[in-house]
Amino acid sequence: MKEIVIISGKGGTGKTSVTASFGFLGGQDVVVADCDVDAADMHLLMKPDFAQSEDFYSGVLAEINPEKCIQCGLCAEKCRFDAIPVINKQHVVKKLDCEGCGYCAKICPVEAITMPEQNVGDWYISTTKVDNTMVHAKLGIGAENSGKLVAKVKNEAKAIAEKQQKKFTVIDGSPGVGCPVVSSLSGADFTVIVTEPSVSGFHDLKRVYELVKKFKISAGCIINKYDINQEITDKIMNFLRDEKIEHIASLPYDENFTRAMTLGKTIVEFDKGDLKEKMVNSWTKVKQLVNHEK
Amino acid sequence: MRIAIASGKGGTGKTTLSANLAAFLSKTEPVVLADLDVEEPNSGLFIKGKLENEEVKYKMIPEWNEETCTLCGECQKNCNFNAVIQLGPQILVFPELCHSCYACSELCPTDSLPMVSQRMGELKHYSGNNIAFIESHLDVGQEQAVPLIGQTIQYIEEKFDDKALKIYDSPPGTSCPVIEATKDADFIILVTEPTPFGLHDLKIAVETVKELHKSFAVVINRYGLGDEKVLDYCNENDIPIIAKIPNLRQIAEIYSRGELIFEQVPEFRDELLKISDYIKKEMD
Amino acid sequence: MKIAFTAKGTNWDSSMDPRFGRTEYILVYDVEKDEFESFDNRDIENEAHGAGPKTSQKLFELGPEVLITGNGPGGNAATVLGKAGIEIYIGAGNSTVKQAYEAYKNNQLTKF
Repeated sequence: MKEIVIISGKGGTGKTSVTASFGFLGGQDVVVADCDVDAADMHLLMKPDFAQSEDFYSGVLAEINPEKCIQCGLCAEKCRFDAIPVINKQHVVKKLDCEGCGYCAKICPVEAITMPEQNVGDWYISTTKVDNTMVHAKLGIGAENSGKLVAKVKNEAKAIAEKQQKKFTVIDGSPGVGCPVVSSLSGADFTVIVTEPSVSGFHDLKRVYELVKKFKISAGCIINKYDINQEITDKIMNFLRDEKIEHIASLPYDENFTRAMTLGKTIVEFDKGDLKEKMVNSWTKVKQLVNHEK
Repeated sequence: MRIAIASGKGGTGKTTLSANLAAFLSKTEPVVLADLDVEEPNSGLFIKGKLENEEVKYKMIPEWNEETCTLCGECQKNCNFNAVIQLGPQILVFPELCHSCYACSELCPTDSLPMVSQRMGELKHYSGNNIAFIESHLDVGQEQAVPLIGQTIQYIEEKFDDKALKIYDSPPGTSCPVIEATKDADFIILVTEPTPFGLHDLKIAVETVKELHKSFAVVINRYGLGDEKVLDYCNENDIPIIAKIPNLRQIAEIYSRGELIFEQVPEFRDELLKISDYIKKEMD
Repeated sequence: MKIAFTAKGTNWDSSMDPRFGRTEYILVYDVEKDEFESFDNRDIENEAHGAGPKTSQKLFELGPEVLITGNGPGGNAATVLGKAGIEIYIGAGNSTVKQAYEAYKNNQLTKF
């Protein structure tokens, strides 16, 4: 069973649309996972049924028991994050500012502060509109995406894929270059980087590739909207060549990309021409590359 | 007046709008533009200026004093982030995991973990024509964006007059770094696109902004694409839509070259004027 | 000599766990005594941060000279293991514990 993770560095390059197309084309060969938990969108295209849902707990936040509290103010004094204001003469923890360090709980003279685990979201196991399994999640407001939920979603997807004897997991990774991306990439057999030919797109491609190199994961690249700037597309092609990253496809700027999404469809369901053909060929190429990598 | 420009979804055009709006407004009054996407600052690609000031930014982390330590192991127990580990006769500190809460340091019975400053990133201050541009960049390997965002905002508050117009280009998403960037703003502009992904993430962004009890309004980018559901959602929830930037391929091309758009596309300029008028009204 | 393995079970036929920080079990094989000791690490799933350092510390307490694993430890864990003087061999993520041990003895694994 091989893990294919699709990442992008910069947001808005088309990562989720590409992943959904692969999930659709993969059909019974794949389990799909949406690890872009901060802004989980893939369900809008894969139409999962949310059959199974679980609470997700991560991190702790301080809570003051007003009955035990003697209003000495020691907690507020020690708190480095200004998270304990006095409201209506009571010391209260502001959840959005609390970092969960627990210092206040440790020094409260009357043990009035506890650090309960927070239910920061939910994760789900669903069946999609093409009858394959999808693992996805939703994080609550202001919840820190520590990579733990990403790890959970990925591991559940992997376990299901192994049990169902599927050939691949296709994973929508987190955007950016921080912790959640690292968690998305860890253990991957192959990564597809979706980029766009803009100054910031190319800049972020290079940055996210630094991470990929560190993990020694084989990589391929899809250049989306390649024709809005041929000069930068050429620069990206040179970069791919120099770094020995497989060029999987260059997709033209095509509003069908968005029209499909608006109708809740993947590109390959909606488009009838060049874009569809390129996506189908991309999936074929990705499968070949991942089966040949060491 | 502090205006934060945020979005739930990445790639909606937040940075494009921040940079163009700042440059546009600077034609008539002094503007401060801050790029608070410290992991991945990009608005500097559009603003040219002279480097005025450069500052290394530090976070506080504990440093082990081997001589006075009695290896009691309290520090490890006091750290909620696994940033302090006792390995036999050694205490190891992991700066990337440290949240600078000071618990291990202040609760150490022998004062063997004093807090020292460690470099976490850099702030750069550029000056252009009537515009000051502040950009902060986290060093590679640093995971905590929040302290650098906080220190950048502090720098701006100290350097510039309260009355100056300040635009904060926030990081994408809705978690801690975004909260840090927007919590002191007077007004928040949410940038979205009229597609299912745009709408879905806009709703999350709206929930977040409401938690912060902030005034906010929406700018729809790439209007004409997708459908009318974002428009309907805003109307149903009494959320003001202050501009609709048209979906023009030309805009994508100009953006890809790192150039300002309003100087070349009159429709874009018209929408910036609407935003500018709305801001002026909010200021009064 | 003691050799540690990151694994998904507690005996020779168990699958290796390719991860280090969030490995399910740490197995320690005492070569001279021909005995296994196992540590259930599955609670680590609850750690949002710093899984690597925490698991490394557990490993240190178990006292092996060698660690055999799959992908290798991340940055923080590697620092801890380095200071603890434990030799790390990687590349054994997709086999059973028995196969990983054979590969180690036949010099087929890569030193980290």
